[in-house]
Amino acid sequence: MTAPGGTVSAVGAGAPATLRRHPASLAVSVGTVAFVLLVVSVASAVTIGPADIRIADVWASVASHLGLGSTPLTPLRDGIVWELRLPRILTAGAVGAGLALSGAIMQAITRNPLADPFLLGLSSGASLGAVAVLLLGVGLLLPPAAFLGALLALGATLGLARAGGPISPTRTVLAGVAVSALAGALTSLVIFWTATGDSYREILSWLLGSVAGARWPAVAIGVGALVLIGIPLMAGARTLDAFAFGDTAAAALGIDVVAARWTLLLATALLTGSMVSVSGAIGFVGLVVPHAVRLVVGARHRALLPISALVGALFLIWADTIARSLFDPRELPVGVVTAIIGAPVFAALLIRRKTAR
Amino acid sequence: MKGTPDATGLTGQRISVRTGGRLLLDGVDCRVDSGRTTALLGPNGAGKSTLLRALGALERPARGEVRADGRDLFSMRRRERARLAALVEQDLHTEVELSVRQVVELGRVPHEGLFGEDADGGSAVDSALDRAGVAAFADRAFGTLSGGERQRVALARALAQATPILLLDEPTNHLDIAAQLRTLRLLRDLAADGIAVIAALHDLSLAAGWADDVVVLDRGRAIAAGPTESTLTPELIERVYGVGAQLFPHPTTGRPMLAFEEMTSPRTTAEAEGRGQ
Repeated sequence: MTAPGGTVSAVGAGAPATLRRHPASLAVSVGTVAFVLLVVSVASAVTIGPADIRIADVWASVASHLGLGSTPLTPLRDGIVWELRLPRILTAGAVGAGLALSGAIMQAITRNPLADPFLLGLSSGASLGAVAVLLLGVGLLLPPAAFLGALLALGATLGLARAGGPISPTRTVLAGVAVSALAGALTSLVIFWTATGDSYREILSWLLGSVAGARWPAVAIGVGALVLIGIPLMAGARTLDAFAFGDTAAAALGIDVVAARWTLLLATALLTGSMVSVSGAIGFVGLVVPHAVRLVVGARHRALLPISALVGALFLIWADTIARSLFDPRELPVGVVTAIIGAPVFAALLIRRKTAR
Repeated sequence: MKGTPDATGLTGQRISVRTGGRLLLDGVDCRVDSGRTTALLGPNGAGKSTLLRALGALERPARGEVRADGRDLFSMRRRERARLAALVEQDLHTEVELSVRQVVELGRVPHEGLFGEDADGGSAVDSALDRAGVAAFADRAFGTLSGGERQRVALARALAQATPILLLDEPTNHLDIAAQLRTLRLLRDLAADGIAVIAALHDLSLAAGWADDVVVLDRGRAIAAGPTESTLTPELIERVYGVGAQLFPHPTTGRPMLAFEEMTSPRTTAEAEGRGQ
């Protein structure tokens, strides 16, 4: 894929000598295409499922609920569109966007291409926080509890990665595995302990993620977090660029390194926590999406962040659509689909690191 | 800001830096004048990099202060400071896939507005690429460059920052002799434009021919500072580096040159061991 005006040539052992040019106009076109695809995807994903719904039905239902006309749909069909499918799809979109954004930001501030809210344990920590509120009756709202869980997990991962040696990308991921395993086990324990019915199903949906039960309150949390946290985070794009060469280099460019790092890490924990509180721990979105987007629009965050958010939304909407239709009427946790796509990408990144240094 | 920098240079007073209980710098005084080149000399571990970071206000000293044109660097806003002094670090490395031009554009970060607006940005980047001699490979991936090419890109990034003060840590590292001389000439040209240039250098002979002034560090102390010709004497080199040295004029340029020989006296060996720990 060669951008207009750019060239790809090769020297030596096939190493790209010239980077594709990534002009701002390319980012704008890619962003526009992704946005149009997103609107089309939301509408067409609503039509997929056991009940026969057409695009026109989707429009009729949405229009009637927004007060733009009366609905010719039966209450049952309207309910399927407005009460079940649409909130579920919008939640998937918001969660995908939030996780992709979190991943891109974490990769930049930890200078770790393997960083991802799931791999570093934030998602499992957030799940534990959410489950504690839902099942143990801890007196907190769901999103703040998930945020606290994510924050604790992040602190544990970074602390563990730093204990007894210099912090490195691989050590950080290993620490994340340990934290994630513990938080996941505690989550399962809490669910089992308080279970009255189908606890396996519930454990699966928190550990592997699911938006099956998402209704309008979930949309409100997901979209709300995206607007309140995600959009302001995009203002930090240039700060993230400045981290490319390390802390001293960033400081020499006028960045308050300590403040920037903590603000951005706290914000990603908050964003991840909000998303996990409605969807459970969906893995690999934050890893796969930013890496794929970088290949097309380059590494600069002013383009990378918004386009990662759009592509993350697209990715999770379709992953969820596959998850609910592949073995219809049984549902696969959406995290199974994202892991099947994400784990090979993770492996590829590991192999590339080994050859790089 | 071009041509007439708003600072007359940089002054460090009684700078002490302590890390993990170890005193890296112990009351160092030094000044870097606008329009002059200053070589920062000293054996490995003498504290050269630490002093450069302190002068750029990137590391807060335990004691001492850094002033530019009478103003305390640590009381300035960070962005303002980054428009005053640029640092060229050793061995630039990143995992991020950036082109040479994108790396150089990072030098504009302290000049950019909230939405990336920067009126002089494009021309500053073009001229920095050009002056550092990296324009020919501006679109190459930074990760594919040789050590010497990276070094020049690091210099280009600092030039794009358009600061009246330039701090360089071993800017001739990894460069072949032609590129070393080209880099040092560029730094002299920048000084001639009124910029204050200080560079940590390993090669005493190159430094002697290049620098207007020298600051000599040894084990965290500034043991000599002043104009090169009167300061960088064979006696000083013998005392600091433990080698015999002779100064003589370059046959064609007349600038000072140095020749070295190993010293065999027991005092030197003992000193070297004392430093080696």
